[in-house]
Amino acid sequence: MSDYRIKGQKGSYEVVIGLEVHAQVTSQAKLFSGAATAFGAEPNTQVSLVDAAMPGMLPVPNRECIRQAVRTGMAIDAQINKWSRFDRKNYFYADLPQGYQISQLYHPLVGEGEIEVAPDEKNPDATKTIGVERIHVEQDAGKLMHDQHPTMSYVDLNRCGVALMEIVSKPDMRSPAEAGAYLRKLRSILRYVGSCDGNMEEGSMRADVNVSVRLPGEELGTRTETKNVNSVRFVMQVIEHEAKRQVKAIESGEGVQQETRLFDVAKGVTRPLRSKEDAHDYRYFPDPDLLPLELDDAFLAECRESLPELPDAKLKRYEDLGITPYNAAVLTAEVETANWFDRLLDAGAEAKAASNWANSVLPGILNAKEIDFSDARNTPEASAAILKMVDDGDISKGQAKEVMELYLDEGGSPADIVEKHGMKQTSDTGAIEAEVDKVLAANADKVEQYKGGKQALFGFFVGQTMKAMRGQANPQVVNQILRAKLDG
Amino acid sequence: MSDILDLTIAQLRDGFRKGDFSATEIATRYNEAVDASDALNAYLEKTPELALEAAKAADEAKAKASDSLKPLSGIPLGMKDLFATEGVTTSAGSKMLGNFKPPYESTVSANLKAAGAGMLGKLNMDEFAMGSSNETCAHGPVISPWRREGSNAAITPGGSSGGSAAAVAARIAPGATGTDTGGSIRQPAAFTGIAGIKPTYGRCSRWGIVSFASSLDQAGPMARTVRDCAIMLEAMAGFDPKDSTSIDAPVPQWEKGLSSDLKGKRVGIPREYRIDGTPAEIDALWEQGVEWLRDAGAEPVEISLPHTKYALPTYYIIAPAEASSNLARYDGVRYGLREKVEGGGLHDMYKATRSEGFGDEVKRRIMIGTYVLSAGFYDAYFTKAQKVRALIKQDFRKAFEQCDMILTPTAPSAAFGLGEKSDDPIAMYLNDVFAVPASLAGLPAMSVPGGVDKDGLPLGLHLIGNEMDEQSVLNAGLAIEERAPSIELPGKWW
Amino acid sequence: MSVTIEQVRHIANLARIHLSDEQAETLLPELNNILGWVEQLGEVDTDGVEPLATVIDQQMRLREDVINAIPETAGNRRDDVLSNAPEAQHGFFAVPKVIE
Ligand SMILES: [Mg+2]
Ligand SMILES: [Zn+2]
Repeated sequence: MSDYRIKGQKGSYEVVIGLEVHAQVTSQAKLFSGAATAFGAEPNTQVSLVDAAMPGMLPVPNRECIRQAVRTGMAIDAQINKWSRFDRKNYFYADLPQGYQISQLYHPLVGEGEIEVAPDEKNPDATKTIGVERIHVEQDAGKLMHDQHPTMSYVDLNRCGVALMEIVSKPDMRSPAEAGAYLRKLRSILRYVGSCDGNMEEGSMRADVNVSVRLPGEELGTRTETKNVNSVRFVMQVIEHEAKRQVKAIESGEGVQQETRLFDVAKGVTRPLRSKEDAHDYRYFPDPDLLPLELDDAFLAECRESLPELPDAKLKRYEDLGITPYNAAVLTAEVETANWFDRLLDAGAEAKAASNWANSVLPGILNAKEIDFSDARNTPEASAAILKMVDDGDISKGQAKEVMELYLDEGGSPADIVEKHGMKQTSDTGAIEAEVDKVLAANADKVEQYKGGKQALFGFFVGQTMKAMRGQANPQVVNQILRAKLDG
Repeated sequence: MSDILDLTIAQLRDGFRKGDFSATEIATRYNEAVDASDALNAYLEKTPELALEAAKAADEAKAKASDSLKPLSGIPLGMKDLFATEGVTTSAGSKMLGNFKPPYESTVSANLKAAGAGMLGKLNMDEFAMGSSNETCAHGPVISPWRREGSNAAITPGGSSGGSAAAVAARIAPGATGTDTGGSIRQPAAFTGIAGIKPTYGRCSRWGIVSFASSLDQAGPMARTVRDCAIMLEAMAGFDPKDSTSIDAPVPQWEKGLSSDLKGKRVGIPREYRIDGTPAEIDALWEQGVEWLRDAGAEPVEISLPHTKYALPTYYIIAPAEASSNLARYDGVRYGLREKVEGGGLHDMYKATRSEGFGDEVKRRIMIGTYVLSAGFYDAYFTKAQKVRALIKQDFRKAFEQCDMILTPTAPSAAFGLGEKSDDPIAMYLNDVFAVPASLAGLPAMSVPGGVDKDGLPLGLHLIGNEMDEQSVLNAGLAIEERAPSIELPGKWW
Repeated sequence: MSVTIEQVRHIANLARIHLSDEQAETLLPELNNILGWVEQLGEVDTDGVEPLATVIDQQMRLREDVINAIPETAGNRRDDVLSNAPEAQHGFFAVPKVIE
């Protein structure tokens, strides 16, 4: 579907992309110990004897971590394995106190699922389905700091043992845009489900990017894995850079090495990571400190029942309410926005007017005032009140914007603002008629011209009447009365 | 009054309660005996103050109200050095751990403490519990208090709980903790003429015990009598939420349940345990054991455990594989030995530290374990061994449809002299040929003294029970204990 | 199957154990003896047998998501965690610099 290609001398290369996303599971305590997971603590304070792999320490799994991974699996329609188990992945590194990571290789918790993505933001209905191979649960490692001492590295184990979900996609993506869309969609789903906060800056989500290239019709090429890329933009950069580099390497006859690489953010390039040493032999085997993980129906039912309405379903519901696909996509991308919008609808706002307000009017107001969407003042209830006043004819659409601005500045309630600033629009036909009569009397010449066929003057009378009423006349009523008097 | 050192745990407990002696007297007498036992090299670390502290608490509790006494109040015990003991050096018999002082207490030792027991010290063992003769310890081997008649040659107490066995046999501890991965309680118990039981896998928490092979490791008591084992095991066992493999079931009152009346019980005699080359006296003892159990009312039945022959090779794949991973944490970063390499990086430090810190047998097992898990060999070795293990487990399941307990010899020979087998790893491994199948199946198993060989060295009989049925094992052990000739140490030479 | 001296060195490297040439030469026949001996498992028909990784018939318990619920496995004990460290600086474990 994607026509993204890398031009080489031998032809146009297709890019094949798979992503392994490590997402930190939202939980209070670590996967196998009682230590806290909160970000930003003093070094080695959130470390239990278990996390530090003291002799004789043993893992006991945290139910919430399993639950969140299962809910995530359900959210992407994946197969949930009622029987799974933990394996040890053995390797030596200073951020890995046990000398192994407890992970899942042979029997992961979650099997195949899929995620529908819209690579072109402008065209949300053009979707592509990306397969998910599996989701397994594993421990995070600690952190090494290399720049604190000339000859030593420092080890902080605070993150060690925090639960991660590794979400492994199939090699179904064909362009940086598709990969970006996949990551954004995945992040959105995780945040809807509440299984990961999706905070890439704090490392809650990071991706290993597998890239290979091939000429159309050829077998899959040799792939490289670029580790721990921590933003959507960087992932797209990595793909672009890797694809071009690989095409060059193939055409120069040098070939692509199967290797692990890392992304140099400053230079925007990837480079190989320690390649030789052991040619990774992780010696996976079932962790003998743990038993198989068996999930019962009640547990699975709770997981399913606790799932919220997910982005795709919400998008469809919004579209069914008459909201444009583009607006619906924008509204559902972030769970906070979607929840906000649902509250707006719950408060009685009409869907199309609400969408127009939330997609077009409100962002402009907030931007101009440099106020965050999540600001406490920006309640859906306030917007609902304003939209209702418009709907009731109490204020005009133009006034709605003004009311919102004043409300954000002054607080109180939109009704108070309208009251305080005397903005209530009048539909009092008597008062309007009186003003209309004055306007017509004062402009008798123009009335003549109008009646003589200069229809364009109608707007002039409307404007004069509105001006006389300091903008508070219901324009519809003004129109009605003018028509009656001029055309009648 | 007889010497405190000659009394069993039950006798000490009862004598203390009756007022025959104070807990402090018991602890003091034992502390003296421990102090005079250096020639045995059984204690790696002595903690007389801890023994006295617990004794004082027991004496005070008794003075207040004798019903505030706990099951092991007044009893000082030896602790295998594999159990992490808070503030007390825990080396697992290895140079690698150096003078590691755990900031925590293992569940089993904490349970014993909570039951009122005091600690005399930490007992020597094979390095990381890998060995059958205590010769792999970094701090030198334990010397058995036993000697062959007419010889002064040093004899092994067996292993890996060799320090525990020697201490109990030499009357420098009334009881001691052991751990058993593939016979490490039962073989040394047999070699030193004492009793020792490995309970069902999961009965005793593994939390705080330095891991050797997680799917096999079990703690258990070593003591002079079956009753003492029951008393100790009751205190050691119990559900522990910190160990995922801990069995969530109440601890039976094993001492109360002791009965040597085996009427209506069937004792299985596995034909595959008759192995060519086993000394005639071992076979004779086995026959004798069958007679004793028949005398106690049991009916012997021949059973088959067809995969017995494969238990040992299965064990020597699974245990090293798990060990190679369990011992990866000894890397010189967070505790224990660190060997720096001039100008070297992290991985050089790892290699130097592990090369220096581990002894030959530990290295051998790490190498085997690493190999059988490595790419291309995993299925051929490790998966295969796990499958055979399943068959071994199945053998026992079928056998226990026909019998209530199984009787075999504990070891294929009596204790051997130090150095006699240390050059031949496989010959050493064969010591556990009778012990290992029960370990692989996670079953409770016990060694009780049965008699002596031609040189006057003790021989043990081995009882295997069904899952969770320690009581049958203890009861059959008691029946043998009541009928077997009492075997006496040749006299204190240390 | 028997191992070669190169494999012995490779395995030692995987296990992060330094071996002198002499130690490698000594280990080679020892390992081959042991491996040769365990290979008798090849005689056993294990077709259709599920590998056994856990001997007890029990479901894995899951703990509740509560911070520091059990004191022994709780965090907030940096002094204890660092108390046996060969080298600790500024609250960190210090290790020789990682050379990539
Ligand atoms: Mg990966
Ligand atoms: Zn991972």
